Amino acid sequence: MDIFTKFKTLETAFAHLSSISEHNPFGTTIEKMISATIGIINGKETLLFGTNNYLGLSQSDAARHAAADAAMQYGVGTTGSRIANGTYSLHQELEQDLAKFFNRRSCMVFSTGYQATLGMVSTLAGKDDYLFLDADCHASIYDGSRMSQAQIIRFRHNDADDLRKRMRRLGDIPGIKLVVVEGVYSMFGDVIPLKEFAQVKREENAYLMIDEAHSFGIFGEHGRGIAERDQVEADIDFTVGTFSKSLGTVGGYCVSDHPQMDLLRLCTRPYMFTASLPPEVIAATKANLEIIKNHPELMHKLMDNASRFYHALQSAGFLTGPDISSVISVILEDLVQASRFWNRVLELGAYINLSLPPATPDSRPLLRASIAAAHTTEQIDKLVQIYIQAAQDVGVPLKKN
Amino acid sequence: MTETIESVSQTIIETLMENPKVPRNITPDSKIIEDLEFDSLAVMNFVMEIEDKLDVSVPLDRLTDVRTIRDLAEAIISLK
Repeated sequence: MDIFTKFKTLETAFAHLSSISEHNPFGTTIEKMISATIGIINGKETLLFGTNNYLGLSQSDAARHAAADAAMQYGVGTTGSRIANGTYSLHQELEQDLAKFFNRRSCMVFSTGYQATLGMVSTLAGKDDYLFLDADCHASIYDGSRMSQAQIIRFRHNDADDLRKRMRRLGDIPGIKLVVVEGVYSMFGDVIPLKEFAQVKREENAYLMIDEAHSFGIFGEHGRGIAERDQVEADIDFTVGTFSKSLGTVGGYCVSDHPQMDLLRLCTRPYMFTASLPPEVIAATKANLEIIKNHPELMHKLMDNASRFYHALQSAGFLTGPDISSVISVILEDLVQASRFWNRVLELGAYINLSLPPATPDSRPLLRASIAAAHTTEQIDKLVQIYIQAAQDVGVPLKKN
Repeated sequence: MTETIESVSQTIIETLMENPKVPRNITPDSKIIEDLEFDSLAVMNFVMEIEDKLDVSVPLDRLTDVRTIRDLAEAIISLK
C-alpha cells in the first residue's frame, strides 16, 4: 500500500480505455492552430468541433492586437493577487465593461471560470445556510459547495417542482437558501426552464445564482444568456460565467446588483489567494466583449449552425440531447463503442470531445461537439458525414425515422 | 409507522436491488463505494432515490461519514 493505492480503480479503468482506444481521448495535442475551426492534430489538418470556442473569438484579430499591445505596455504578468499588487486599470475597466453589459451594479473578475463559481458558491453560503444544487451542476459548483460547509441539497436536473418539493420538505428552516443552476448544461447542451426556477425562488424567498458559462454570448437578444432570453434577469441575484468559451480567452466573473458585493473581494479565497489575470488576457477579453456587443450576427450564425447539425443528426438516426445549443451531444451505450467512434471521427478528420461517466449525467458515454459561429456550412455538413461514416465503420446502430 | 435502522436498511437494500448491476449479496454492512462499486455520481443518484422513498432530505455533507448501508440508515433516522 502506498500513496497511489487509492487510484487503483482509476488506473485499471484508464488501462482498459487505453487498450481499446488508439488515441488517448484525454491527451489530444493540438500542434498548430490554422484558424478558429482548423488545427493540426497528429500531423494532420483536423476540423475542431470540441473547443468551446463558440464565437471563434480565440482567434480574433482585435483581441490578438489588444493582447500584444497590453503585453508591450504592462508586461506579461501581474505577479500578484487582486487585493495586493494585481489590480491594474485594465482589470477595473473590464469589470466596468462587464457590469455595464449585464446592466448590473458590480462585477468581480476571477482568474478562471472554475474559480469564479468555486469562489462565489463557497463564500456566499455559510455554515448554517442551505445550498440547493441541480444534479447536473458543474464540478466547480460541487467543489465550492464542499468548501462552503453549508448544508447541500441536490435536486433533480432541470426540475423546478423537485426543487420546490425538497425546499418544502425541510420545513421552516432558519438558514438562508441559495439555489445554483446553469443556463446551458455542458454535457447534453440542454437549457434550463428558468422561468419555472425564478417562480420557485420567489415563492420560497431564496437567492438564485446562475452560471451562464455555456450561454453567455449565445442566448438572449444581447447575448446575456438564458436569463435575458427568458426575461427573468430581475430574479437573478448572481450571474457567474467564464471568459474561456464565447469570449475566447481565460478567466471568470460574477455580476450582481447587491450593493455589498465589494465585501466579497475581501473574503473570497479563490479570488484573493491567487495571482490576477495577466494584462494581455484582460485586454483580449475586453476586445472580444466589444465584438460580442457589436456583432449579434455571430450569435445568429452559431444558432443556424447548431440547428443544422442537430437536425441532420436526428434525421440520420443518432440519439441526441433534448435542446439545440452550442453543445450538441450524441449519446452512446457503452465505453467500447464510444471510444471506437471517437477514434474513428478523429481519423476521419474531426476532433470532438469524448465524455465518460461519472462526468456524464446518466452513466452513458457522450460524444460532445461544440458548434461555433466560425464553422462554415460546409464544415457542419462534413462533420455530419464523418459521424455517419464513423457510425457505419464501428457499428453504432442508427434509428431510422 | 416508526422506522428503525433495520427497516431503513431494508428499504435501502430493496431500492438497490432494483438496479440489476448491483451485487445480489448485499447486507447492511456492505460498503457503498467499495462493495457496490459506485462512483461519486452513482452514490448521489442513489441517495436521491432513497430520499424520495423515505421523504427525507439528506444534505450531501452528511454523506462524508457514511461508508456502509447501515451508516446511511443511521444518518436518515437522525434526520427524521
